[in-house]
Amino acid sequence: MSIFFILYKLILASVILLVSLVIAMYSTLIERKVAGFFQDRLGPNRAGVYGILQPLADGLKLFFKEEFMPNTADKFLYILGPSLTMMVALLTSAVIPWGDSLVIGGTDYSLQIADINIGVLYVFAIISVGVYGIMIGGWASNNKYALMGAVRAASQMISYELAMGMAIIALVMMSGTLSLNEMVQQQHGFHWNVFYQPFAFVIFIICAFAECNRSPFDLPECETELIGGYHTEYSSMKLGFYLFAEYINMFISSAMISALFFGGYNFPFMDDLGLSHNALTIIGTLVFFVKITFFGFVFMWIRWTLPRFRYDQLMRLGWKALLPLAILNVIITGIVIMIQNHV
Amino acid sequence: MFSEYLFFIISIAAIYSALMVLISKKPIHSVLYLTLCFFAIAGHYILLNAQFLAVVHIIVYAGAIMVLFLFTVMLLNLNIENDFKKPRLIKFAAVISGSIFFLLMIAVLKSYDIAIVQNPALTQIGLVKNLGNVLFKDYLLPFEITSILFLAAMVGAVMIGKKDIY
Repeated sequence: MSIFFILYKLILASVILLVSLVIAMYSTLIERKVAGFFQDRLGPNRAGVYGILQPLADGLKLFFKEEFMPNTADKFLYILGPSLTMMVALLTSAVIPWGDSLVIGGTDYSLQIADINIGVLYVFAIISVGVYGIMIGGWASNNKYALMGAVRAASQMISYELAMGMAIIALVMMSGTLSLNEMVQQQHGFHWNVFYQPFAFVIFIICAFAECNRSPFDLPECETELIGGYHTEYSSMKLGFYLFAEYINMFISSAMISALFFGGYNFPFMDDLGLSHNALTIIGTLVFFVKITFFGFVFMWIRWTLPRFRYDQLMRLGWKALLPLAILNVIITGIVIMIQNHV
Repeated sequence: MFSEYLFFIISIAAIYSALMVLISKKPIHSVLYLTLCFFAIAGHYILLNAQFLAVVHIIVYAGAIMVLFLFTVMLLNLNIENDFKKPRLIKFAAVISGSIFFLLMIAVLKSYDIAIVQNPALTQIGLVKNLGNVLFKDYLLPFEITSILFLAAMVGAVMIGKKDIY
């Protein structure tokens, strides 16, 4: 491992970190614009042209707000909660293949930070750890509404993780690898997984909504019942971290959906264009970001269209509908693979 | 060289957090230190070239079991005053049984001669492909029996959880 290689990886990691932060920042603006569109109003348009400076203004506002900490809070855990949420949200981007490789001077530069051979499982490990930030924050605030929100978040995330895992297992069985990069490469051209595994895709996207605590599954922060849910007692940038982490999670989930089911950086007729490898890589990365943007829009679309679930409905959907369907999907996939191997 | 340093850092983290599980006064801190300890152990697995085991360790222990622990501790809201004043008799019994267990551990370790350890980087057994081959070819029956055991445990848990069905 040369020093040059380490330097390259460091630069790539910083760029991806920066891109995720900027995209998360501007998703807040797009979310409000989309909400405005759905409710037949304009949305924020005061700061800059089309409200382009609104995220900056929001960020500054959050920084200058009064820092408030409840008297009875567990000080260390109270600060640990939002920090952990933010850190975990940023960790997943390490294994997502943002593009194919760039060949510069005979050397291959992969646009993925870490191509580990258990990429999919790594993502799952990070998702399952994601609940700690919310639980710790909710408990440390020493407020019963915050605790209720934290408990709801924990049980919701554990329940939907199962169905999500089962949906992915069908995909892993089909592609025979756990490496995200290989999974994307197998979908070369227009062989996208969504055509072979439509059920897995539907289950996965529903579970992704639940894991991000997005509407219609935003019960952990359900205002009508819990004031603000797990972040009731938070103010200033600590609250900002919680809200911001949600947008980063949304971005990463959209990236995962596009990579797993919609071919990642592959696009139809990519071999017929007669372009060089590097040009294809750059176009592929752009296409990947277009797909991510589309799924980001779907997240917002659904938030401003559907009402919130009731808690027992949420649990019933997760355990009695999605999980059995996902297991059925795994069984059917297994049977089809067996038949294919024996014919 | 680099992995040797990592080994020491991770080991210190593991031992420190394991001690803090016992020492810390609040039950919730104990649970969080235990989670930290699991992460340190997962780090050891990675150093032994067992990535699959490391990640499954995090998913199962840190991601599922410890979350449920945290859940229970939070809901019970265990108070410091009530839970750390035990009768003297129980303290004595705890010290004596702990010492006996310690003796037992020493005896076991003394009589156990350390087998020749293969270099895990050479066997590659920790990688998911090799592990899958071994599990589904050489140890298929034990593997399936274990899964039936897990299924039985799951059904049992649901039965206990449902109060109105006999």
